[in-house]
Amino acid sequence: MTVAAVSAPKGIAGRALGNRSLMAGLVILALIILLAVLAPWISPFDPNDQDPVLSLGAPNAEHWFGTDFFGRDVLSRVIWGARVSLFVGAVSTAISMLVGGTIGIVSGYLGGRFDQTVMAVMDVLLSFPQLIMGLIIVALLGANLGDLILAIAITAVPPFARVARGPTLSLKERDFVEACRALGFSNGRIMLVHILPNVLDDLIVMGSLWLATAIRTEASLSFIGLGLPPPTATWGSIIREGFENLLDAPWLAVFPSLAVLVVMLALNMIGDGLRDATDPKAAVS
Amino acid sequence: MPGLSPGMTVSFNDDRERTIAHMLRFVALRLVMALPTLWAVLSLVFVLVRIVPGDPALVILGDQATEEALVALRHRMGLDVPLWDQYLQFMGQVLRGDLGQSMVRNRPVWGEVATVLPYTLELTFLGIFLGVVMGLPLGVLAAQHRGGWIDAVARWTSLLGLSFPAFISGILMLLLLAVELPWFPVIGNAPFNNPPAHLRALVLPALNLGFIMVAYVARVTRSGMLASLSEDYIRTARAKGVTARLVVWRHALRNALIPVVTVVGLYFGILIGNSVLTEIVFNRPGLGKLIVGALNDRDYTMLQGLMVIYALVVVVANLATDLAYGAVDPRIRVR
Repeated sequence: MTVAAVSAPKGIAGRALGNRSLMAGLVILALIILLAVLAPWISPFDPNDQDPVLSLGAPNAEHWFGTDFFGRDVLSRVIWGARVSLFVGAVSTAISMLVGGTIGIVSGYLGGRFDQTVMAVMDVLLSFPQLIMGLIIVALLGANLGDLILAIAITAVPPFARVARGPTLSLKERDFVEACRALGFSNGRIMLVHILPNVLDDLIVMGSLWLATAIRTEASLSFIGLGLPPPTATWGSIIREGFENLLDAPWLAVFPSLAVLVVMLALNMIGDGLRDATDPKAAVS
Repeated sequence: MPGLSPGMTVSFNDDRERTIAHMLRFVALRLVMALPTLWAVLSLVFVLVRIVPGDPALVILGDQATEEALVALRHRMGLDVPLWDQYLQFMGQVLRGDLGQSMVRNRPVWGEVATVLPYTLELTFLGIFLGVVMGLPLGVLAAQHRGGWIDAVARWTSLLGLSFPAFISGILMLLLLAVELPWFPVIGNAPFNNPPAHLRALVLPALNLGFIMVAYVARVTRSGMLASLSEDYIRTARAKGVTARLVVWRHALRNALIPVVTVVGLYFGILIGNSVLTEIVFNRPGLGKLIVGALNDRDYTMLQGLMVIYALVVVVANLATDLAYGAVDPRIRVR
């Protein structure tokens, strides 16, 4: 696709490969995704198996991360929790990227009063603190998997719309778009085939950073007690249970916290690396 | 970004009266511009609270309630009039500064909020203060010694700060500095009439908010400084013989402050979310505990009132950001 080459100079892949923080982040993330996918085979115990005798056991050779109040193996719960946390984060980010990106491109391309109205609505949505918005929407919708994903996705639509709209505004004035119009291409085709590829870079960089935010939001909601109902293991809910026993069994909160932290670090490293790789100015300076 | 010549600033100081007049007009203009946003946000609050599934009266009184009791409660809560009337009533109440009665606690919402608001305000303001006080120098030094060890420290601090969910950094701080090393109290609640204990209880939660903020501030300060240090006017200042310290901390930093103000403004929304989590972890009274309680109790009027407060806070914060732009960049004042 020749059009994509307009904003994507040669050597992005090369620069990305040469970017150490990006590669390190990708490797860490890949390992964690692998752990999550393989959970049924590699988790040492059933994450919901209770054993009162083992209540609040310290880490040992058998239970590396210790056991929780119900005697459940914390390592197994952290591994299974990765599935929920990564799934919720990835799906909600994908939804907000798709919806926000579409809104931004269409709004920017059509322009005029439509654009003004849409962006005013986005600004109002944006003016609510993200976590508060998430809290309220989850409280209103309820806390099953679908609604939780929806709630997190809604809070991220306005930022994606903004990111997609900015470049669209300048792209639609460019000669190649003018040429497309002269050739009689439909608006839909111009937006999908000629504008989207040029906006995609920005959306993907933003997506990798928002994935971190989405996972963090899910963990925060679970920590507050508005996540998926027990006994489902999610990182936030394990930390919440650990927090309730913080003085007796600190490892309960510490290990899942470190798991969240590692994923956040990996995603931020990927996001930073991608930004450097896609922004020639940042890479040169 | 075009460089701001130092000479321009001087000419504004000469013409103080005109500057004040400009400033007042600027403030008035921004205030008027904030009104439509405020109206839209309040409308959103109204709609959000009304789309709650189920009948609030039934939720409060339970399944056993008689039809008369339900009707009476709906009447008392103003739920038996058309939506349009409810909307006008709601707007009228907010304009008069009346946030209604808490459905569960049977006390005025404003009273409940006013009791805990000082705790949240001192926490957030100290958090911002610590973030800026630690983040600015870190960013400046990182840019000045680019590629050196302090740059590496700044990069890792930013990366960690951006990565830590507020409740996790809070829990780890609590474990480290209150449980393992008993330097700070485990519970972050101490009355205002006992200042030493009160301050001691405030330190860890505020540090928690500040630490995350350092990440944002240091990052934009660094890139802003790198950009402004390569400007022509900096070379001119150096050539004139201005000391290195003055060049960095006055001439260059002044220009780099604009993106910092943007970030502090943008960060405010995140800060509010983080303050909710921080208040829960450190068991501090505040808006955060109030909103979680209201969500658990399904206290819709309390929820509505709190959302109005949050909306007001955000609108005011945006306004303050705009005004800070004016203070940092004279060009914005002039327009």
